[in-house]
Amino acid sequence: MSSFPILLIYGLSDGAVLALAALGFVLIYKATRVINFAQGEFLLIGAYTFYAAFVLLALPWTLSIVLAVAFAICLGIAVERFVLRPMVGEDAMRVIMVTVGLSAFLKATVQMFFGTAVREMPPVLPNQAVSILGGQVPMSRLSVIGVALVVLGAFALFFRRSRHGIAMRAVADDQQAAMTMGISVRRVFALAWALAAMSAVIAGVLLADVTVVGQDIAAFGLIVFPVVILGGLDSVAGTIIAGFTIGVIKQMVAGYSDPGLAEVVPYLILVAVLMVRPYGLFGEKRIERV
Amino acid sequence: MATATGIYQTSYKAELALRHTRAEHVRLGLTVAFLIALPYFAGSYWLGIANTVMIAVVGAIGLNILVGFTGQISLGQGGFLAVGAYSSAVLTAKLGLPVPLSVVSAVLLTAAVGAFFGVPALRLKGLYLAIATLAAQLVIIFVVRRWHWLTDGKGFVDVPRLEIAGFRINRTVFEWQWYWILLPIAVLCVVLARNLFRCGIGRAFMAVRDQDIAAAAIGINLTRTKVLAFAVSSGFVGLAGALTAHYTETVTWERFTLDVSVLYLAIILVGSSVTPCGHRFRFSPSSCRPFRTRCSVR
Repeated sequence: MSSFPILLIYGLSDGAVLALAALGFVLIYKATRVINFAQGEFLLIGAYTFYAAFVLLALPWTLSIVLAVAFAICLGIAVERFVLRPMVGEDAMRVIMVTVGLSAFLKATVQMFFGTAVREMPPVLPNQAVSILGGQVPMSRLSVIGVALVVLGAFALFFRRSRHGIAMRAVADDQQAAMTMGISVRRVFALAWALAAMSAVIAGVLLADVTVVGQDIAAFGLIVFPVVILGGLDSVAGTIIAGFTIGVIKQMVAGYSDPGLAEVVPYLILVAVLMVRPYGLFGEKRIERV
Repeated sequence: MATATGIYQTSYKAELALRHTRAEHVRLGLTVAFLIALPYFAGSYWLGIANTVMIAVVGAIGLNILVGFTGQISLGQGGFLAVGAYSSAVLTAKLGLPVPLSVVSAVLLTAAVGAFFGVPALRLKGLYLAIATLAAQLVIIFVVRRWHWLTDGKGFVDVPRLEIAGFRINRTVFEWQWYWILLPIAVLCVVLARNLFRCGIGRAFMAVRDQDIAAAAIGINLTRTKVLAFAVSSGFVGLAGALTAHYTETVTWERFTLDVSVLYLAIILVGSSVTPCGHRFRFSPSSCRPFRTRCSVR
């Protein structure tokens, strides 16, 4: 069963979801310098809103996706406006605590509506087995990689070509310079949160489709931290590469050695990276001035 | 109650005093009277809450030394509590060590573990350190869950009823007796921590918090200070963990999850106050933490 190609595909699909989730995290960090501990809960919210629309309201899956994404955008903007904006200029630790509190709040809200029991969801992506490199893997795992790559590509295109994407990069680079160019920093902050929530929701829906809808999705979201540290906190490309790397390593350890160990391996990597290269693989090296 | 408006000392001896105004002395007297009187009018339910609060006070003081006074964010509190609780429990239950000895060993062991996980702090700051300590939390809990010899495969450790030199806790007056054990310990910890910041080590901690490069420039050894801060802080936290183990008489890993780390950070944030010059967390007299800690620490 645990042959190399299967583990590779599983790892890559996990990694694709991780890359999407981590992309949102990096977006927020780059634009607003906020460490968002609630990223995992955004995944959770995404999975549950999709579940509610698709299964409970029996809407077609296309409409459910649109609903989930729309909800995510509203949530992201609301969080930015009402939770983070009052914290602008506050001490980093206080901001961290606010996002930690936000994550507890979001998780509790989901539990209030849906309970803690794991829900099964009828598959959206086709899940018949296909053989690849001599191993049998479900089609949905391959589709997840495809969908994630398309979304990641769309994001990359957005940053490179669109006005708003370029404005976001300008703000990430230098807020004051961006302001003097007439860019609304507030709008960019809101946009960053909206996009982050959107990518997290897509990640959540994909993850729910290949696994189940349950609280574990938020725990999966915690692995975002090793990913962003490995990639360098402020590098989008690094994050995507790191996402795939961590996903594959995790599956390989789970398959060849010990599933329990696989849960901590990302964090061991994290500590090692922090000790050797604190700015990650592709992060910007920063020099502190007194 | 009136507070001081400025510094009006006329002698060095007066300046050294912990309390300067009459109001502060009155407040101290009232607090002492309340703490001594409490067990005589509170039922065992309220005493149980008081006991849990006092254990949380010890743990929160430990975290505050690190976060509030040295400025190193830690999300690993739950993990360090676990180290203290498990080591004291195993030393007592398996090796049959006397309780005071196993508690002291637990404190030392947790301090050592804390110092080890403090090493990344030499290179990391702020957010990076928060994430590194998050890793410490998850790794410690993983190790604890994996070491089956710790729990004989049961998943929890049974700690025998507290017994010190022939004195044994009585079921019927359980909370009462524990109150008189925990109260001196908690008070001692508060006084100890309060005085720590009146001596050189504590001042060095605060200098590192305010500006670590400037601290190095005035001759503070950054490596030593940061590792020491982690060790001292973890020592207190280990004590809290060991007390939890003996007080609740079982140790399971569920009691030391990431949520607990977050809860403790919330405790010191709520209990702290901000002064105009920068962010400065102070001890608040253990006021704000009763009910929530009871829910999750017990």
